[in-house]
Amino acid sequence: MKTVTYMQAFNEAIDEEMARDKTVFALGEDVGQFWGNALGEYKGLAAKYGAERLRQTPISETAIVGAAIGAAATGLRPIAVVMFSDFLGVPMDEILNQLTKMRYMFGGIIKLPMVITSYSGAGFQAAAQHSKNMEGLFMTIPGLKIVSPATPYDVKGLMKSAIRDDNPVLFLLRSVLLAGGLKGEIPEEEYTIPLGRADIKREGKDVTVVAIGTMVHRALACANKLEAEKGISVEVVDLRTVIPLDKETIINSVKKTNKLVIMDEEPKTGSVAAEIAAIVAEEAFDSLDAPIKRVCAPDTPVPFSPVLEKFWMPDEENLAKAIEEIV
Amino acid sequence: MDKTKLMSMYELMVRIRTFEERVRKEFAAGNIGGFIHLYSGEEATAVGVCSAIRKDDYIISTHRGHGHVIAKGGKTDRMMAELYGKITGYNKGKGGSMHIADVELGILGANGIVGAGITIINGAALSAQMRGTDQVCACFFSDGASNTTRFHEGINLASIWKLPVVFVIENNGYAESTPVTYSTNIKNLAERACAYGIPGVTVDGNDVMAVYEAAKEAVERARRKEGPTLLECKTYRYHGHFEGDMQEYKPKEEVEEWLKKDPIPRFASKLINDKVATESELKEIDKRLEQEIEDAVKFAVESPYPDVSETFEDVWA
Ligand SMILES: Cc1ncc(C[n+]2csc(CCOP(=O)(O)OP(=O)(O)O)c2C)c(N)n1
Repeated sequence: MKTVTYMQAFNEAIDEEMARDKTVFALGEDVGQFWGNALGEYKGLAAKYGAERLRQTPISETAIVGAAIGAAATGLRPIAVVMFSDFLGVPMDEILNQLTKMRYMFGGIIKLPMVITSYSGAGFQAAAQHSKNMEGLFMTIPGLKIVSPATPYDVKGLMKSAIRDDNPVLFLLRSVLLAGGLKGEIPEEEYTIPLGRADIKREGKDVTVVAIGTMVHRALACANKLEAEKGISVEVVDLRTVIPLDKETIINSVKKTNKLVIMDEEPKTGSVAAEIAAIVAEEAFDSLDAPIKRVCAPDTPVPFSPVLEKFWMPDEENLAKAIEEIV
Repeated sequence: MDKTKLMSMYELMVRIRTFEERVRKEFAAGNIGGFIHLYSGEEATAVGVCSAIRKDDYIISTHRGHGHVIAKGGKTDRMMAELYGKITGYNKGKGGSMHIADVELGILGANGIVGAGITIINGAALSAQMRGTDQVCACFFSDGASNTTRFHEGINLASIWKLPVVFVIENNGYAESTPVTYSTNIKNLAERACAYGIPGVTVDGNDVMAVYEAAKEAVERARRKEGPTLLECKTYRYHGHFEGDMQEYKPKEEVEEWLKKDPIPRFASKLINDKVATESELKEIDKRLEQEIEDAVKFAVESPYPDVSETFEDVWA
């Protein structure tokens, strides 16, 4: 094993896949030699693979995602780089009406093996236009896989799988983990993680907490604290991919603990948390000994002021309160 | 140009017209549902452009796409079946009129979103460039689409990367009910090319040979890796925006003027005058195509609908 940052793990994934497969290339603003995208996760790759494969584009999100679609439809494996997920609103038509509908409308005669990478999430005072999570919004569009990794290990293994997948994948990197230099261990040797499998990051028996992205770390901190201080045993399930959604792991965990709290850094309305709550209510109602709780952000855009942003993001205290209400 | 090629261009134009007029009838009779946007009147542009490219080249189409698919070699029976929503259609009846694609013929799809093909074709062109083939791409869209975001982003990107694309504006005068004279302040839409540093050419879109010659030059330029061209073909659509549109926005004299410039009789006269074909040879073709479309309708009618289990297929690869 070796210790790397979230950013290095991502960079290694791209590096290894570009070395392995000549059809893999990336296109986006500033992905070239100087910046390697706004936060630098593609840095060094242009020097290694050239400007042909780390294609710097003008500020043209529509053209970036559109070109990736055309390239994917004709035999390449593009990675479309759209800086912050808030900007996915610009090429929304390409995602909503082209990328996710083409295969179906054409009766299955094409494959679109491409990845869109984007920064996601609040927590570093970037204000409302550079902080939004998009899982809930995009999970309503059939045809798009959605990945949201929380650790360096998961980032690398999942990104490699995303590139090899024959379907469109939206890969949401957590800005705070990228920019904050989160570290973790990864194997020296090559590995991949299948899309569509949640990961039990911590075993427990009193309550299941399903979390995603940055929230996984907060849930783990909360779980350790509750165990030490109150003897409450919390199982933390990291979703890792939103689509395909690993219902089985969630339901099995709920069957074991009989209680569910979902922690999701998104406004509650129409969120991933809402979907998971509905699934468990529909398919595992009899296993529940208490109401399902959702720990989510308020239904507002993300505020700038540090005081407001801290209040906005769900944290350990919000989670502890929700857990204590039902155990 | 040799006789075979000229005759095949004539045949393609008539195939499009015959197909479209029959679709019009079938729609009116209630046999076909959904939105139907007919191409009648614009045949010279699809045929002129598609005759200038190779079989392994790519095209991308629009909501008014039947003509492009036929010009690129699409089969009318499978198209008709698609319009009928039958399993034997090009896309198993899942796409319908606005979404016909056949990747093997290099047809990357018609599109219900105005202008969407402009950015996607860049990807196909980029892929040809990166794979090291000399394939070129033709991207069809219309005057309305030339006012969208993706026109500007797409053509700029194609220009800086020297992508092998011919961007074809089929300027048929209207975007739904909005005349092009209202929606833009320039006379020729091809003038916009200068903003992106690429050639812009305006031609008579009802003259198939003029379209062919201009397209050929643009295609050769693209194959020489010199980048994209913006080709504007001025033409006219005979019918409404969609079937059912009463076209109250079109002045009567304007319609009459354009009918006099119908691309098919015009090309027929040329073929006869140039002694490439006789009137009876051309009549033969017309008759043969009537029969082909009759058979296409029969094929569509007799084909089965998809099984409802098809609903769940083709979401994931
Ligand atoms: C993004 C988008 N906006 C609006 C529409 C509705 N619409 C369909 S066709 C059309 C007009 C298109 O005009 P033009 O590009 O000139 O093509 P033409 O119909 O003349 O071939 C409009 C507004 C649409 N399908 N997509």
